[in-house]
Amino acid sequence: MQPPAILAEALTKRYRDDAPPAVDRLSFTMPRGATWGLLGGNGAGKTTTIAMLLGLLVPSSGRVVVLGHDMARDRFAALARMNFSSPYIALPHRLSVAENLRVYAHLYDVPQAERRIAELAAQLQLTDLLDRPAGQLSAGQKTRVALAKALVNRPELLLLDEPTASLDPDTADWVRSWLERYRAETGCSILLASHNMGEVERLCGHVLMLKQGRVVDQGSPAALQERYGRDDLEEVFLDIARGRNREAVAP
Amino acid sequence: MNHDASRRPGARAALRRVWGLVYRHLALYRRSWPRVLELMYWPVLQMLVWGFVTSWLASGRYGAAEVGAGLLLGGVLLWEVALRSQMGFSISFLEEIWSRNLGHIFVSPLRPRELVAGLMAMSVIRVVVGVAPAMLLAWALYHFGIFAMGPVVVAFFIALLLMGWAVALGVTSLILRYGTGAEALAWSVLFGLTPFSAVFYPVSVLPAWLQPVALALPAAHVFEGMRAALLEGQVAWHHLAAAFALDAAWLALMAWVFLQQFQAARVRGALLNIGE
Repeated sequence: MQPPAILAEALTKRYRDDAPPAVDRLSFTMPRGATWGLLGGNGAGKTTTIAMLLGLLVPSSGRVVVLGHDMARDRFAALARMNFSSPYIALPHRLSVAENLRVYAHLYDVPQAERRIAELAAQLQLTDLLDRPAGQLSAGQKTRVALAKALVNRPELLLLDEPTASLDPDTADWVRSWLERYRAETGCSILLASHNMGEVERLCGHVLMLKQGRVVDQGSPAALQERYGRDDLEEVFLDIARGRNREAVAP
Repeated sequence: MNHDASRRPGARAALRRVWGLVYRHLALYRRSWPRVLELMYWPVLQMLVWGFVTSWLASGRYGAAEVGAGLLLGGVLLWEVALRSQMGFSISFLEEIWSRNLGHIFVSPLRPRELVAGLMAMSVIRVVVGVAPAMLLAWALYHFGIFAMGPVVVAFFIALLLMGWAVALGVTSLILRYGTGAEALAWSVLFGLTPFSAVFYPVSVLPAWLQPVALALPAAHVFEGMRAALLEGQVAWHHLAAAFALDAAWLALMAWVFLQQFQAARVRGALLNIGE
């Protein structure tokens, strides 16, 4: 049996001894091929959680196992099989799109790199942009390039931080449709952190609601809406963020 | 799902990751001529200034000064190797911070030792591009050929290159610890070592209490060796051996410091916002 995409056990991160933990005993098991959402207000612990899943941050306690690799001992084996995209981390602006993708094809030791780049460029409508410096692209184009970078190694696990932040509704819809299709075709597991509730409702089969570093609730978007007696996930999010518990809001 | 990346033999994949980092910087230089110009600017300027000074000294009116002129030019050229080596490493690391790309680099399978190898490769490239024009200028304008010292000059180059890497590892560790607030050190730290490196005068000129400090630096032994080669036509093997032994010790120490700071940055979360 395949190990889960992500296994987090009592994951805790405390930046300072005299401050409350940024992430507090977070435990979950994300199965292969699933798309999960990480929801929470600012400071809820989403970025810290993603950083620990990527091995960028060492947990104060607890354990992360990604694709069967313990991130404390064997993170590079996991990193070769996963990838990450965030609008808050840039690609070198002076390099062309093709050069940027080539750099990451080398870093991930992608076989037949030029073929893979051409394939991704065709899929993500980047072919005409390959020779353009990354810094001269529009927000939508940059998002597509960032996705191409994140997919260059055919990841089995994709971590996406705000994948449609600062995109117009049309481009955001295109990205979401593309991600849905990609997941269906490849079976890639996706964990995304987002503030866009519509996006989470549409893409995610399961949602972890974070508040002050803890999972305060979880389930499918439909189950959460039903549990809180709300019509959409945004209202559920507000109930949780404002401390209205589900019993109090349920009809 | 494709697992090709995890099936490749380790050494080949590691070399390709190092090349990925080097390719990223070469692509940057290809698209930014001011960066290439900057590589050559300072060594050439140094050579011009010191070249004219030595031409004046060697004009014949000052006798022994003619010999000293060669020592000055040799000192300038060799010291530039150490300076460019250190800056080539540190500034290549800073380029990743300035382009806010470090997050992507650190979540790729690139190991810290491969990052260091890539930065060392960039340092060698920057030394060659920066110092070669200054050498040509010294030969064309002042008839000073650094290779006239003999093959030992290659050993001097390597010893100074290694010293530059050791200092750069220290600078990079400070950047990991203190963020971009420490970036000015990338330009200044080795200049601060110039008085103790015996570039233009022998170690014996320094006060007695300062001489052990100078002798703990590989550069002091290289420049003592250079003077032996230029003045006596001899290879000072003991100085050469001391330079390489000190390089090994400093590199091992600084590599340890770098790895400690890298791990500490992962604990503090500094890798998330190092450029901010």
